[in-house]
Amino acid sequence: MSVQIFKLFSIFFPLILSPLLFGVINKTKAFFAGRKGMSVLQPYYDIFKLIQKENIYSQTTSSIFKISPVIGLICVYMALFIMPFAGIPAIFSFKGDFILLAYLFGLSRFFTVVAALDTGSSFEGMGASREVTFSAITESVFFLSLIALILITKEYSLSGISPYSSEKHFSIILPVMLLVSVAIFLISLAENSRIPVDDPNTHLELTMIHEVMILDYSSADLAVIQYLSSIKMWIFFSIIANILLPHTFYVSLTNIFYFFIIIFSLAVLTGIIESSIARLRMLKVPQFIIGAACLSLIAVILAFK
Amino acid sequence: METYIEIIMIILIICNLWLLAASRIKQCIYLVAFQGAMLGLLPFFQTGHGILPRTFIIVTGITLIKGFVFPILLTKALKDVKVKAEVEPLVSHSVSMIIGIFALIISLWLDERLQLPLTIESELIIPLSYFTIFVGLFLTVTRKKAITQVLGYITLENGIFAFGVSILSEHPWLVEMGILLDVFVAVFIMGIMVFYIEKEFDHIDADKLAHLRDWKIHKNKLFSWDIYHSEAEEESK
Repeated sequence: MSVQIFKLFSIFFPLILSPLLFGVINKTKAFFAGRKGMSVLQPYYDIFKLIQKENIYSQTTSSIFKISPVIGLICVYMALFIMPFAGIPAIFSFKGDFILLAYLFGLSRFFTVVAALDTGSSFEGMGASREVTFSAITESVFFLSLIALILITKEYSLSGISPYSSEKHFSIILPVMLLVSVAIFLISLAENSRIPVDDPNTHLELTMIHEVMILDYSSADLAVIQYLSSIKMWIFFSIIANILLPHTFYVSLTNIFYFFIIIFSLAVLTGIIESSIARLRMLKVPQFIIGAACLSLIAVILAFK
Repeated sequence: METYIEIIMIILIICNLWLLAASRIKQCIYLVAFQGAMLGLLPFFQTGHGILPRTFIIVTGITLIKGFVFPILLTKALKDVKVKAEVEPLVSHSVSMIIGIFALIISLWLDERLQLPLTIESELIIPLSYFTIFVGLFLTVTRKKAITQVLGYITLENGIFAFGVSILSEHPWLVEMGILLDVFVAVFIMGIMVFYIEKEFDHIDADKLAHLRDWKIHKNKLFSWDIYHSEAEEESK
């Protein structure tokens, strides 16, 4: 019974804590730039500020433009229901739920892209084309990584594919676990439009990918988009945390503690990466994703061994 | 202890792939050095036969030479020859990485076929040492500059060392030290060689060295290198 209630953690914590990830990333970047930086709570202030503002829509847009942020939020929110939380199984888990996860993200991306095309701006069309190109490759990397985990655990749901439940030898499990974590971290940088792939702060039209698609949004819609992208980042980081942590199937405080430690240290790592390397050239991005694909491919090969 | 071996193995895989993808020579130098230093720590975690005094000598020797002396020598050579910072591969970086994956598959297959008469602490050391050897060979063949070929050579040696260290208990340490000395001398000489190649021909592009011969058509007439040099001297006067 108690586990049933604690399962609600998996939707409760991300809703409250996910904007904090952006705060932590910004604080890390400020630390490396030698600035004091804005407060860790700044993303929350931004969201509240944006909600109070007036909505302005371009005259060329149709209703798709208006509903797409909400659909995106719903998709990401539904994804939370199938995500396990710190070893506690998810609220819903069934065979192949990771495919649902990938396609929920796909649906939210589809509506972002369609809304960007709806504005009729050529820049947004360019961003949409780039977003679709890169996400087509990252999706395959995501599946490859999960295939490696499925091969060693023989489980088909996100709540079950903990490498610790595998019967294989430890010298296979550990490399697979770490390689898959690195690969998923790399594609999470691509999916969440972070620095080696896309710069969340840039407003140069020629280099933007994700930012260009949301240029026409204002007020509450923009707040929804920022909020959903933070939840998306939380989901990717919690996939990594769930791979690295043993699944306990009961509530363990140490596990929950380590879960938060892993998620926020990944945010710090993202901040370090953003402050230490420059954005890749657009032509180099597929090469970056192929690198991640190679890592997950090696994990698959080792899992067969 | 096994955990540390596995972590070193993963670092080895990532270093190999990164070497295939790296586009800067300096980055490659640091990667090879890091890989060598990490492999140097390997004997510590081979607890099957206990930590012997000779393990300390091997660990300090390898880590010092591969982790510090080689990168210093090579960065010095790189600074002296003033070449472009890019690697200039004959095969593109993405294709190199995919070929790396095939090399891994082949090395795992080789490991299945080749039954060694010893027990090894980790299942992965032997296939990954083959993988490192293959990557080293591939780097030597497909990178244009002489200095990147030296890096391929060191990677190759790293693979041989990883293979050797897994059978360290059966294997006299003098052999290990002898190999290390050989490699050290080789890299030392190659560093100097690269400098002289650059001094003589104004580039270290190994591709163009294939065109070296006694007679060459230049300005529509046959001439030997001696004439060319004497002409050049005259021009400079």
